[in-house]
Amino acid sequence: MIAEIGLAALWLAAALAVLQLAGGLAALRAGENSDIAALTRPAAVLQGGLVAIAFAMLLWVFAITDLSVKLVAMNSHTAKPLIFKLSGAWGNHEGSMLLWVTVMALAGALIAGIERRLPEKTMQATLAAQGFVALGFYAFLLLSSNPFERLPEPALEGLGLNPLLQDIGLALHPPTLYFGYVGLSVAFSFAVGALVTRNVTPDFARAMRPWILGAWVFLTLGITAGSYWAYYELGWGGYWFWDPVENASLMPWLAATALLHSASVLASRDALRVWTIMLGVVAFSMSMLGTFLVRSGILTSVHAFAVDPERGSFILFLLALYIGGALLLFALRAGTISEGERFSIASREGALVVNNVMLSAILAVVLLGTLYPLLTEAFDVRVSVGPPYFNPVSAVFVFPMLAVMAVGPLLRWRRDSWSRVSKEMALTVALLLVALVIFGVVSQVALLPLLGLSFAIALGVASFLPLRGRSLRRVPIAVWGMVIAHFGLAVALLGMASESAFSTERLAALAEGERTSVGPWAVELQAVEPVAGPNWTAMAARMEVSYDGGKPIEIEPQSRNFWAPAQQTTESVLVTRWNGQLYAVVGSSSNDGRWQVRLWWKPLVTLIWYGGLLVALGGILALIGRVRTDLKRRTAARKGAARRLEMEKIS
Amino acid sequence: MKAKHQRLVLVLLAIVALVGAALLAVYALRNQASYFYLPEQMQADPPAVGQAVRLGGMVAPGSLETLPDGITVTFTVTGREASAIPVRYAGILPDLFVEGSGVVAEGRLAADGTFEADNLLAKHDENYVPRELQDMSEHQAAEMAEETTVGLE
Repeated sequence: MIAEIGLAALWLAAALAVLQLAGGLAALRAGENSDIAALTRPAAVLQGGLVAIAFAMLLWVFAITDLSVKLVAMNSHTAKPLIFKLSGAWGNHEGSMLLWVTVMALAGALIAGIERRLPEKTMQATLAAQGFVALGFYAFLLLSSNPFERLPEPALEGLGLNPLLQDIGLALHPPTLYFGYVGLSVAFSFAVGALVTRNVTPDFARAMRPWILGAWVFLTLGITAGSYWAYYELGWGGYWFWDPVENASLMPWLAATALLHSASVLASRDALRVWTIMLGVVAFSMSMLGTFLVRSGILTSVHAFAVDPERGSFILFLLALYIGGALLLFALRAGTISEGERFSIASREGALVVNNVMLSAILAVVLLGTLYPLLTEAFDVRVSVGPPYFNPVSAVFVFPMLAVMAVGPLLRWRRDSWSRVSKEMALTVALLLVALVIFGVVSQVALLPLLGLSFAIALGVASFLPLRGRSLRRVPIAVWGMVIAHFGLAVALLGMASESAFSTERLAALAEGERTSVGPWAVELQAVEPVAGPNWTAMAARMEVSYDGGKPIEIEPQSRNFWAPAQQTTESVLVTRWNGQLYAVVGSSSNDGRWQVRLWWKPLVTLIWYGGLLVALGGILALIGRVRTDLKRRTAARKGAARRLEMEKIS
Repeated sequence: MKAKHQRLVLVLLAIVALVGAALLAVYALRNQASYFYLPEQMQADPPAVGQAVRLGGMVAPGSLETLPDGITVTFTVTGREASAIPVRYAGILPDLFVEGSGVVAEGRLAADGTFEADNLLAKHDENYVPRELQDMSEHQAAEMAEETTVGLE
């Protein structure tokens, strides 16, 4: 019964999405006050409620482990802890798609409920676009991946007790990225709405901005967490492999970063109108493309993920429909949008334009590198593209962008002179040169890490310069957000460059009692003992490690064998200090009783993820700042209206 | 500068940067993409010494040997026909790397004809098979690889 309620709610929601679409179309034809057009907002709100019910029903069948529902029987088990029963609801294809439409419909309900800045017609067109996008996903769910499908005979027990997937990080990681993707779908709907009604205004950018910021924060967190997870779990010592699944989350992030900055130009200065719309379309395309690459398994990935080629082609169809449609609309309408305000090249806008162009170029580089194996496969040539391509080619655009990032925030809007900020620029350049000399000449670091270290230091200092001469208490929260996000990027860059420049590795075969060293660490393999867990056995290598002759620490990396399902994993051990991490992995034994041990000392590597968290924190602060300003403006507008009414009454 | 001119300049700037990025990318891809070789291809038409490529095939039974240093292993990768390429790898063998199963080795050919692998990709876990191994249905290595990766598709 519960599953049927969920399914019925889903069908009703799909019907409301049709109504929402019809409402928007009616608004364009017959005007915003026609009967059907007036139903657009209520339809969106109701749709959000219905999908929330459907998702709640899915959680319910998982919570009570209703084994007559196919999805539950396939992915859950009565013996699982409740938290993993619930997270199992979206830890599979059908459930994750339902989660996607749930977030999407709730976002639609939210804008329908509270967004009043834009003209009604634009809002209706926006909601219609939102309904149209949602409709594709409803069709996908209801026609090809129904999460509420019943089994003819209830199963006796569920199949899903894979202990590897009972991990809270894995339970939270995909939804984080989905929130990001959905946020970009809202930005896309706003862009379509504004384009259709020829209403590309600063208000449009202000309405869209919180959604971009929110999506961007979730994507940042998702990428940061995913990178740490790969670093820790794969046991290869790397944190980023330029793997298609990783690129699938990086590309929307790059597009969202560009969109964020161009929307802020549009909101503050009414320039870059067409460009902002274009980026809105591109950012959503990248999230659809990311979903397609991940879901279809068309490209090989080191990240294990549920894969299904047929569903991939459905997503590809949706991708072509939305993006093709949006680009067509863009081509037809972009010419009718009038030019925005002018600005000189030495201005905040000028710097942001350069930033946008550089980000787009990096996006193009990553996109081409990711899709290249698919292209060559059409000619029956199999290639793979990795760091030797991505690192240097993206660096060509990353470093100019970082240089602009150091200067841009110092400039004024509209028109400024270089001489006004010459002191700050001189300081930044001096820092950069000193760092280049120290690391290049004295420590002989290779080119890319050398540039990384030097730019990170210069940008790290430069990102605080916009605060100079200001009373810190009166700096708006959104400006703090910018400063912290830029600083976070410098911190992450420092971590990456330091990891690449100063890491040391030791690969050794050790007998029990033998010693070795890696960087400043002394390592002794004390004993290798078998251990057993609930569903695995392992060889655990007990090692004593000490940093620079300090107090010894005992660690126990393992090589684990699971039996259900049969699987072998390396359990690496990380010893974190303020200045870096020791990374230890144990392999197999050779015939003479020695054990393979792989050790890395990675100075400052943790800064990569702390930097990512700072970037996300910056985004959160900016979001809080923007929403607060908006609320204040609303209150002021309401008070003003009330006063005017009073004045009228008096007179 | 008029607004219209400014827009034109911006559009041109963006186009130049993007086309530049694309050209640079295509140029770099031709040089940096790592090509995939089967053992027989590598024997018939070997890549330049030192060029980063990948080699995929089956680990010949009985060929896996650990050198005295305890960390370097050598084995032979075989394909169809009697082609066999010797491979040397220093490092921890991937999970589920066994003789008689499929492997993709990333690395380069050394002057002595040995393939120096930096990285080995075997059946990583239940959900991951190197893509190249999925397609090698014609020859023996693939049959073996399929047997060891049964039930994955």
